[in-house]
Amino acid sequence: MTAFILKRLAIAVPTILLLIVFSFLLMEAAPGSPFATERGVPPAVLANLEAKYGLDKPLIQRMGIYIYDVVVNFDFGPSFKFKDRTVNDLIAQGFPVTLTYGFWSFVVAVAVGGTLGVLAAVFHNSWLDYLAVGISIGAQVLPNFVMAPILVLIFTLWLGWLPGGGWRGGQIEYLILPVIALSTSYMASIARITRSSMLEVLNAGFIRTARAKGLPMRRVILRHALKPAMLPVISYLGPAFVGMITGSVLIDVFFSTGGIGQFFVNSALSRDYSVIMGITILIGTLTVLFNLLVDVIYAWIDPKIRY
Amino acid sequence: MLAGRPAVEAAEQAAHMEPVKGRSLWQDARTRFFHNKAAVASMVILVLVGLFAAFGQFVTPWSNEEIDWALLGSIPEQGGPSWENRHYFGVDETGRDLYARVVQGTRISLMVGIVGALISVVVGTAWGAIAGYVGGRVDTIMMRIVDLMMSIPYMFVLILLLVVFERSIFMLFIGIGLISWLDMARIARGQTLSIKNKEFVEAAIATGVSTPRIIARHIVPNLLGVVIVYATLLVPQMIIFESFISFLGLGVQEPSTSWGALINMGADNMRNQTPWMLGFPLAFFVVTLFAFFFIGDGLRDALDPKDR
Amino acid sequence: MALLDVDNLAVSFRTADGIVNAVNGLSISVDGGETLAIVGESGSGKSQTAFAVMGLLARNGSASGSIKLDGTELLGLSQAELNRKRAEQVAMIFQDPMTSLNPYLRVGDQMVEVLTLHKGMSKRAALKECVAMLEAVRIPDARGRLSMYPHEFSGGMRQRIMIAMALLCHPRLLIADEPTTALDVTVQAQIMELLADIRRDFGTAMILITHDLGIVADTCERTVVMYGGRVMEQGATADLFARPSHPYTLGLLKAVPRLDVDQDELETIPGDPPDMSRLPKGCPFTPRCAFRLEQCADVQPDLLPWQNVLRACHADPEKVK
Repeated sequence: MTAFILKRLAIAVPTILLLIVFSFLLMEAAPGSPFATERGVPPAVLANLEAKYGLDKPLIQRMGIYIYDVVVNFDFGPSFKFKDRTVNDLIAQGFPVTLTYGFWSFVVAVAVGGTLGVLAAVFHNSWLDYLAVGISIGAQVLPNFVMAPILVLIFTLWLGWLPGGGWRGGQIEYLILPVIALSTSYMASIARITRSSMLEVLNAGFIRTARAKGLPMRRVILRHALKPAMLPVISYLGPAFVGMITGSVLIDVFFSTGGIGQFFVNSALSRDYSVIMGITILIGTLTVLFNLLVDVIYAWIDPKIRY
Repeated sequence: MLAGRPAVEAAEQAAHMEPVKGRSLWQDARTRFFHNKAAVASMVILVLVGLFAAFGQFVTPWSNEEIDWALLGSIPEQGGPSWENRHYFGVDETGRDLYARVVQGTRISLMVGIVGALISVVVGTAWGAIAGYVGGRVDTIMMRIVDLMMSIPYMFVLILLLVVFERSIFMLFIGIGLISWLDMARIARGQTLSIKNKEFVEAAIATGVSTPRIIARHIVPNLLGVVIVYATLLVPQMIIFESFISFLGLGVQEPSTSWGALINMGADNMRNQTPWMLGFPLAFFVVTLFAFFFIGDGLRDALDPKDR
Repeated sequence: MALLDVDNLAVSFRTADGIVNAVNGLSISVDGGETLAIVGESGSGKSQTAFAVMGLLARNGSASGSIKLDGTELLGLSQAELNRKRAEQVAMIFQDPMTSLNPYLRVGDQMVEVLTLHKGMSKRAALKECVAMLEAVRIPDARGRLSMYPHEFSGGMRQRIMIAMALLCHPRLLIADEPTTALDVTVQAQIMELLADIRRDFGTAMILITHDLGIVADTCERTVVMYGGRVMEQGATADLFARPSHPYTLGLLKAVPRLDVDQDELETIPGDPPDMSRLPKGCPFTPRCAFRLEQCADVQPDLLPWQNVLRACHADPEKVK
């Protein structure tokens, strides 16, 4: 197992480094980059940059400093727009918010979607099955930017039950709409994947054996069918994670949660390169590590994978 | 399953010793597709949406740029859909005709979807077919590149690109083109691997046909079914992708627009008693996406006999 | 009283193409310790008969008639009651050992759960019992094998594990559904030998479902020949094979390659196995039968005694040769 993890890390680490180098070069190439010209950058920021990277040094040296700072010190440098704030400050402020509702969205998507999918398969062709299929077809056309306004329209403007934005330290009523908006389409996908893989597993020979052994249906499903049925779902968790973390940008903006997505979009609109870079690298690293985790879980469940 | 209708038919034909009329795979698929009511209805809807995008502006006196100054101060009260002033869908937040704006947005969104799908068909199929057919180290490297690109949260990189190289529809196409082919490459490769060892390919190899020719003449045509199905399902994904960026204000720029930008505008004005601004773009978005998904499903059922 | 008494069993499936009748009015019985063979081509309903006994019919299938095990009616039992019968009274092994074991669970865990569930054993005691049973089916190094996964075993070994697992609760009846079809020829012989030994050592009655007549001749006392969901002929294996009185039995036997007779060519039965969704009103074998008479297609022949066997055929047994 250790060897397997090390092998995966040997792929993951270069991916992250590549992402850092790519972002840095992009920023260098950008028109209006403070690294290229001095236009439009407040003098105080320029002084920060000068002190940190030494703008007269050759490109390769500056890149070395940047990578060293990011990798060793987890330091993404100063913001280009706010003279007294660093990228780390912004991340420290916004990331916990995004992480909180992101985590709950993920949990809801997997728990609700998985349960719905399993029940739909077990009660194949029942009303529950039709409901699950209906939801998963409908949710295909309800991405987060469609869900969010519809939810606010219904629950905030019409019913007045829940706040249509804000955060207030993550109180539950501020959490509900963002979590639903972000998780719905992934919940539906997970339900669909679980259902079809569960249906397939329930037709497998070893399920018939388990029933012939006189095991109660409950045990047949939980102990014999669930694990293999979850494998395709686990493969999907990687893409789902990417999709949700991307969607969080929109949720942050739409619900004004104060999460990193809001900083990301504001920085994109105001060309605050170091913030964009920092957040991109952070998210990229998280994604790569999450995929690593998914691979490990998969290998742990499936005895046929040799490490 | 045990006694499927085709088997029964085949048995009957054999019994009567009539010459069996050959039906091609494609004819068969077409018959099956047109038996699928949801897919056919979706096809009709899609044609209507297409006609709307192409000719919609000819049935309104308003252009997508003109501001209706008469309504500007009182949009929530008088800016709604109305036959009298010929604003069929009402006006947007700046007093422009929403119908004309939706026509314009539909064009952009459809174009993004179709261009993205086309790029994926060309690049993805070629990439996957070559990797799968050649195999060995070439395959490993090519697919590692795909894995690498897929493991990055692409939207962030794309937004970074859009910031660095100015936001424009052209950059958007490049960005979408860079990502859209990845899944297709994987699918095409998988299919190629299963075709590769079929007898007709081996026969071609044995008679000395060159590798590029085998890929072009024997592999790619046999990928078509899968590729068409997946491309159909990719169009809505690309539309969602673009709409997401435009919803954030980072995609198409004024005065150009797309469904995402229009939905965003409608969502921004939700609190102003102007539900039509959200409703019309949303309806077009949802209906068109549904249509693409149903057609994709219909094609898959029609072209993939294993599910029957 | 027979151990298993199947009376007028009918099994049908609802499909998109209409109702498919897999088994039509089947009556068989198995005595304690006896081995009964059910023989027929694929689609003859022999496997569905077994599934009906086990209560394992597919979701769209239903059974009617009567299946009595040791005097208890199995049809209509609740799921919980049926679960107690399974493994404890009647166990089953399947055709393909490659897919019959759960690839995601250790072999030991799959075996142990039978004993902990049915016998209420502790895990430790169950493990000991499992090792003993694996040794009984001649798996070397049984203790070490318990922690292995199915994919680490060969096909023959997996079938041995399946047999061991089926025998854990010492069921009185073991149903073996083509247990050797998916295996190599040499392994086939070993498994059949093992099954014979088990019958001797444990006194287990057995239903052997097969299309391999060679196996039947060696191991089974009685044979039932099925076609189109009906019994064509049944009787003591020796009688049946010595003097087949039904055209279908005759056809099956002629299709077996023999070493003791010099044959240039094997005879085959012309035509295909029947389409179960559109059987003829009369004898299902009529379209392929070389001895068919006028009434065959319309009138179902009754299963009547002739010499030492029961046969369902209108044709004069003296002429069927």
